[in-house]
Amino acid sequence: MTLFLIVTLNGLTLAALYFLAASGFSLIFGLMRTVNMAHGALLMLGGYVGYSIVDATGSWGLGVVGGGLAAALAGAIVQAGVLGWMQGDELRQTLASIAISIIMADLMLWHWGGLTYQVELPEALAGGQRLPVLGVGYANIRLALMAFALATGLALWFLIQRTRFGAVIRAGVDDQDMLRALGYPINRIFVLVFALGGMLAGMAGVVAASALSIAPGTDLQFLLSSLVVVIVGGMGSIGGAALGALLVGLAEQYGLAYAPTYGVVFTFAIMVLVLAVRPQGLLGKAEL
Amino acid sequence: MRPALILIPLLALPLVLNDFWLTQVATRSLILGIMALSLSFLATYLGVVSFAQATMAGIAGYTIAYFGPNSVGIGVQLPFWISIPLALMLAVVSGGLIGLIARRSRGIYAIMITLAIGVAFFYFTRQNYTLFNGWTGFSGVRAPEIGGLSLRDPLALYLLSLGTAVLALALVSGFVRSPLGLTIQAVRDAPGRVLALGISVTTPIVAAFAFSGLLAGAGGILNVWYQERISSFSVGLGPIIDILIVAVIGGLRHPAGAFVGAVVFVLLDTFAVDLIDRERFNTLIGVVLLLIVIVAPGGLQQLASDWVARLRRPEVKEKSTV
Repeated sequence: MTLFLIVTLNGLTLAALYFLAASGFSLIFGLMRTVNMAHGALLMLGGYVGYSIVDATGSWGLGVVGGGLAAALAGAIVQAGVLGWMQGDELRQTLASIAISIIMADLMLWHWGGLTYQVELPEALAGGQRLPVLGVGYANIRLALMAFALATGLALWFLIQRTRFGAVIRAGVDDQDMLRALGYPINRIFVLVFALGGMLAGMAGVVAASALSIAPGTDLQFLLSSLVVVIVGGMGSIGGAALGALLVGLAEQYGLAYAPTYGVVFTFAIMVLVLAVRPQGLLGKAEL
Repeated sequence: MRPALILIPLLALPLVLNDFWLTQVATRSLILGIMALSLSFLATYLGVVSFAQATMAGIAGYTIAYFGPNSVGIGVQLPFWISIPLALMLAVVSGGLIGLIARRSRGIYAIMITLAIGVAFFYFTRQNYTLFNGWTGFSGVRAPEIGGLSLRDPLALYLLSLGTAVLALALVSGFVRSPLGLTIQAVRDAPGRVLALGISVTTPIVAAFAFSGLLAGAGGILNVWYQERISSFSVGLGPIIDILIVAVIGGLRHPAGAFVGAVVFVLLDTFAVDLIDRERFNTLIGVVLLLIVIVAPGGLQQLASDWVARLRRPEVKEKSTV
């Protein structure tokens, strides 16, 4: 029973991370139809920058914000500098973003080396807690991570559903040409949304580097999880990203605990099952 | 005869090249080209860019390693005349299954799904020790001796790769003219109309993927003989991207471009040490890919045919600019 509870909590932790990573990916895809293959690289950049900031200043909060801002800036540059020029040609954008992610990953390897880093935790988040009701001990940082993902999800929901900027994004998702015709600077909105997605990825990177660790290959891990999460949950839907992350995170941890050498198969099976029954994803809107 | 004009120099190549050039450049380009051909076939005729070609090639390669001589003591030894057809068959089946999974997806959706399949397979080979021997994989895989001729000999492997490449191209050009091949192209152009004619869309898509599995599998078998080992890294993001880059450099609009792309890629890979730090090869290849995507989305092949067309008919060009 204790094992089951711990595995469930681990699954929720992973789901929280996957949600943070996939929400930005999904947001960008929903508005721009861009499959940003550099998303994992943005996440890793955030993680590394966050690590360096925490290492230099000792402030964890500053590290999270700094990592997020670094990835936001990189995302904005990617959209404004490269992908924006190929808007509408999705295959070309995908290929270009792959090229960018290869370059970014290699340059990060150059600068930070092949070591595994873990961001040092602030005092309040180090150590663990005995959870009431469940009766198992669990690491503070992981609980904080879940709270952080929940807060981010709510903030994102508020931004998209309740603010003027969110209304513009939703209008862009539904009818880009109309939005352009109404005089909204769509290219600037694209860059902003890309920065927002990068920010989410970057913060996820710092949190991932704190709760787990970060090393070359982290980018691929989170790119895969983001892909599967949005395929399962539905492209461009924040709720879908949450549901997909929950399913994938739990499946991965149960798989690891109960069938160690076949863990990935569970994730994969979920994806295939969803594709067979609902190709547009659980909460996705059907295309065409 | 145009094919003969290309084939005769290629057959004579071993006479002028030393072993380094023959093995490291010529044979490697051919093998990489065959794997990339499986991708450019799908891209050209089905209109789907698949990231799962390294997976299909890897399944064939792993089959050869598992059922052949290797130095890790896993698997069962079978004679080559069973293991080779078996490897090809499994590659075809895996291709068909991947097609079945991705059948309702087009464009970027298909990219995402095939990439997820490819990366999931990579993590699976890394986790699983009973079939794939995990992280380390198989080493000491030896190409068989067929009729007293060892395929480990550079010349024999080169000629076999050349023969396979020619056969693969011939198969592609024959297949796309067959009724099934024409249906595949019809699905690419107008899936709705194909459905309206009462033809299932699923069968052509699965068939196209299965056929690409055959091509990728052939490349995968040659590759495992060439490398003499296979591991999770042989099916990871590196090879997935390499195959894609080769196909994109060559141009996704004509299958033969894959071989042009392969030669460029292998030359870059072999001689990048002289240009830049060996460690930064990925940055170089990323920049090359980015430049190709920005400047020549049709690939080198398209670029070349544009130039040829411009040289041939300069007066038409002038008229059209007026």
